[in-house]
Amino acid sequence: MSRSAAPGFAVALAALIIGVLIAFTVGRYPIALSDLFSVFLGKLSGRPPDLPPIVENVIWQVRGPRVVAAALVGAALAVAGTAFQGLFRNPLVSPDILGASSGAALGAVLGIFFSLGVFAIQSLAFAGGLLAVAAVYLIGSAVRSRDPVLVLVLTGVVIGALLGAGVGLVKYLADPYNQLPAMTFWLLGSLAATTLSDLLPLFGPVAAGTLVLIALRWRMNVMSLPDEEARALGVPTGPLRVVIVAAATLVTSASVATAGIIGWVGLVVPHMARSLVGPDFARLIPAAALLGGGFLLVIDTVARNSAAIEIPLGILTAVVGTPFFIWLLTSVSRTWS
Amino acid sequence: MVMKLEGHALSIGYTDRLVGHDLDVGVETGEVLALLGPNGSGKTTLLKTLLGLLAPKGGDVQLDGQTLKYYSSRDRARLMAYVPQSHQATFAFTVETVVLMGRIAHGNLFSRPTAADRAVAGQSLERFGIAHLRDRPYTMISGGERQLTLLARALAQEPQFVVLDEPTASLDFGNQGKVMREIRSLAASGHGVLFTTHDPNHAMRAADRAYLLRDGAKIAEGAVGAVLNREQLMALYDAPVEKITDATAGVSAFLPG
Repeated sequence: MSRSAAPGFAVALAALIIGVLIAFTVGRYPIALSDLFSVFLGKLSGRPPDLPPIVENVIWQVRGPRVVAAALVGAALAVAGTAFQGLFRNPLVSPDILGASSGAALGAVLGIFFSLGVFAIQSLAFAGGLLAVAAVYLIGSAVRSRDPVLVLVLTGVVIGALLGAGVGLVKYLADPYNQLPAMTFWLLGSLAATTLSDLLPLFGPVAAGTLVLIALRWRMNVMSLPDEEARALGVPTGPLRVVIVAAATLVTSASVATAGIIGWVGLVVPHMARSLVGPDFARLIPAAALLGGGFLLVIDTVARNSAAIEIPLGILTAVVGTPFFIWLLTSVSRTWS
Repeated sequence: MVMKLEGHALSIGYTDRLVGHDLDVGVETGEVLALLGPNGSGKTTLLKTLLGLLAPKGGDVQLDGQTLKYYSSRDRARLMAYVPQSHQATFAFTVETVVLMGRIAHGNLFSRPTAADRAVAGQSLERFGIAHLRDRPYTMISGGERQLTLLARALAQEPQFVVLDEPTASLDFGNQGKVMREIRSLAASGHGVLFTTHDPNHAMRAADRAYLLRDGAKIAEGAVGAVLNREQLMALYDAPVEKITDATAGVSAFLPG
């Protein structure tokens, strides 16, 4: 790792900007880059640009919310993955390790099963994610062990499997013509239905959780050491672990509630960020946020445009993520630099 | 001023298991105490209890005349540093970042290392002769260099006491000597040092006093010259031991078997 992380940050920032530009311009209704800039400038200067109103409509109404949501969800998953990888001292961990995604999935399919409204489904998903992780944490803490982190991970795996069974049961009982496709679609992840009103409930928790993690970035380094070592350095690991898990769960649950289950982002992007700016969390967390936003923007643009129907995001991220993960495993003996 | 780290009538162990009992042990600033004993004798458990990482099951640990459990983890870390066995880290932090982690107890919850912290870390790297490694990933340096990095991190805490868990284990012969010299120099600069070792020769070389632990009970304690003799070591390890002495250099060593 070089002393200066500036070039790495420049790459991460460029990834986000390129992602935003691609997401705004590419689509069924292509928008020229120059038109995009004149619409942006027009908004800033208050002078309406000399363009057909449909251009502005596509930019602000159709693509705008989706671009913001993709950037936020990508950043959230990447930041949560980065935090969990550090906390669990394992670079192969992803944000759903403690059952946040499984809990959110159960909440969402229950909402669809009971034919609730969109906002209620999202709220149930959000609450499901938080509740699942809280349950995992309480059970994990009740087990006395010399390795609290390992117990937590194993509890997460077990509870996640149980919640997965719950999802399976609800799908089995669901109406196969109306409800089941909706559930399947939700579980595969999509931003197609994102509207302006989705952005606030997404932005609030994601911003809050990310800010907490950024504030704790220097402590995160020490939290990635063995528990006793971190305590001997003067870090109260127990309370700090609760705060980090809560913050990462908040951002994960909010993004899953908005976009459904999108795997791989939280696993793959932290590694990309680490190769750009090194393992120091002070740099890693902001870099992962930028890169995750850019990554999901590109993925979402591909999802919108590569086929006659939208390809679910979870499938695309798996297609991109699997080869990356295999490459990661084959080079597992190397350092996580 | 002399400061003391002491355990009084300690019972040590884990939730479900008592490892040792009735242990009185103490080390003061400026001296080196070596903790010896066979595998499973409770050395590491005693070390962790004295560090405050493990609550005593009986008796109490006092640091500078105050019960250890009343210290905040931050205050404790400013008086006492722990050097774990050198290990492979998960993430490739630079050597400087690892040493800077020793400064964490000197900042507040959200603070980043300051220029002053970097200066302390730099001095610590210099002292152990590893300043040239500062930008190297901790995962890419040798075992001896990792041990020195952890020593530098401990010193960056600016503690009164340094507690080391088998600091010479898995090091080559030359690095064992280097680490023992650094332990001596820590005592010379006024630190109290406590370390565990499997090699009585290391205790002879680096420690002022030795504490012999077998099956969780103290069997002897005192100046290394007085406590470390053939009979005592044979009793400690329940194994034959030979002693050889170099009359001209005035040093002796023990051979197992």
